[in-house]
Amino acid sequence: MTDGSRRGYTADEMMTVAASRRLADRAVCFVGIGIPSQAANLARLTHAPGSVLIYESGTIGAKPEVLPLSIGDGELAEHADSVVSVPEIFNYWLQAGRVDVGFLGAAQIDRYGNLNTTVVGSYENPKVRLPGAGGAPEIAASAKEVFIVLRQSKRAFVEELAFVTSVGHAEGGDSRGKLGYTGGGPTVVITDLGILQPDPESKELTLVALHPGATVEEAKEATGWDLKVAGDLETTEPPKEAELRVLRDLKERTAAARKEKVG
Amino acid sequence: MAEVVGLREAVAGLVDDGDTVALEGFTHLIPFAAAHEIVRQQKKDLTLVRMTPDLVYDQMIGMGTAKGLIFSWGGNPGVGSIHRFRDAVEHGWPHPLKMEEHSHAGMANRYVAGASNLPFAVLRGYVGTDLPKVTSTIAPITCPFTGEELTAVPALNPDVAVIHAQQADRKGNVALWGITGIQKEAALSARRVIVTVEEVVDEFEPHTFGIVLPSVAIDAVAVEPRGAYPSYAHDYYPRDNAFYGAWDPIGRDREKFGEWMEKHVLGVEGFAEHLRSITQQGAMR
Repeated sequence: MTDGSRRGYTADEMMTVAASRRLADRAVCFVGIGIPSQAANLARLTHAPGSVLIYESGTIGAKPEVLPLSIGDGELAEHADSVVSVPEIFNYWLQAGRVDVGFLGAAQIDRYGNLNTTVVGSYENPKVRLPGAGGAPEIAASAKEVFIVLRQSKRAFVEELAFVTSVGHAEGGDSRGKLGYTGGGPTVVITDLGILQPDPESKELTLVALHPGATVEEAKEATGWDLKVAGDLETTEPPKEAELRVLRDLKERTAAARKEKVG
Repeated sequence: MAEVVGLREAVAGLVDDGDTVALEGFTHLIPFAAAHEIVRQQKKDLTLVRMTPDLVYDQMIGMGTAKGLIFSWGGNPGVGSIHRFRDAVEHGWPHPLKMEEHSHAGMANRYVAGASNLPFAVLRGYVGTDLPKVTSTIAPITCPFTGEELTAVPALNPDVAVIHAQQADRKGNVALWGITGIQKEAALSARRVIVTVEEVVDEFEPHTFGIVLPSVAIDAVAVEPRGAYPSYAHDYYPRDNAFYGAWDPIGRDREKFGEWMEKHVLGVEGFAEHLRSITQQGAMR
């Protein structure tokens, strides 16, 4: 992508800001670690102070001062509304339909928003063994909707997943509906180049917006399938000064906290 | 009823070769002291169970303690891979690992079934994923009342569960607070239970988000101050994030890993000496 720094922000910052804007105030959001956690906390610290962030370690209404390195950092429990057990968070909260938004990352995604976080290569003889499922399959199954955030590249946006860890829109069309899941599946994929949304009928991910400076050619080049592009392609509003300030403060606080010798 | 004993004695008496052993603690209160003791006693052919195999199982797998692994997420949180685990899966080093892979919800429900003395648990999940293709302990089941198609996973009943907690009282009741994860279910699903604690107190004070595991559910309590390091114990010490980062180059390299374990785990008497050993030698800086 065109050098974002000339515009005063990076492609990753644009991605995080664009992702954070999707989270409505007062939404109950089940947060994955990494960029999803950054975006969700940015939302909480800007336009969505009433959002309730849930981490799979059992923290409900987490309000971390600094970004957690893992889903079970003490920081998450410290200011939480409640802390419950792991069975409770998955059964009573997620499976019971109390989660509005599941916010996920992934190593690989396909055109229907199915995700792989398990292996690259074959399962028995993997080229790369990834961490595995964690909470993602049930977040993808039971959250009312799912936001996915990951950098766009041919390695990540693949024609066929090496392993389906979490189901998006399955094989497209109404195929997800036949799996018996109560959640609606992915509604948006935010990348460092733009924003993709499933087509209402086919459920195939379609490029609906480009971030400033990014081009359709770049987006197609960074996608392992023939990427569909919306006729009325929009341009994402660049990060506002306030959004960048809050995001950078958060990341600086986090970096400072992690540097401290704590052992 | 729990007896307050030394950790060495607890592990020697309660963990056998070939056992299925669950060391639990969801980022918080990870029982590192007990894991090191199991490694030092050279227990072998263990089937290790844990939702989040992180550094603690990286060390055990790399030392050849495990023949199998039942899990749902294996990584170094926020840092990347656990390389001893990857080496075992990708190259069979030091020997192949029999994998039984689930999701967090599946694992959590398996423990609940185990703790409830039921043969299996039911959940909405796994359908449409590739996990049922590679894991035989995932099966479809039809609700006898509504006809809904659901997923069944078998109970987990480890031979031994090992957890770390903040406090025990003199009767062997155990108090933990903060993120308590899956520890209660892990303990109640197991045949034998070892708990390491930061300290023994005369009386528990109430803590927000706290639970107490009664002494009758526990076999041995051992006092191991800082026994969850480099993970954390809420209100005692924070997570040493720098250690997790510094582990990456050590875990990446078979030789460096072997030397580190030899020096700081096998070559010490216990966890207190381990902590001195890594601190004095600046091993993780």
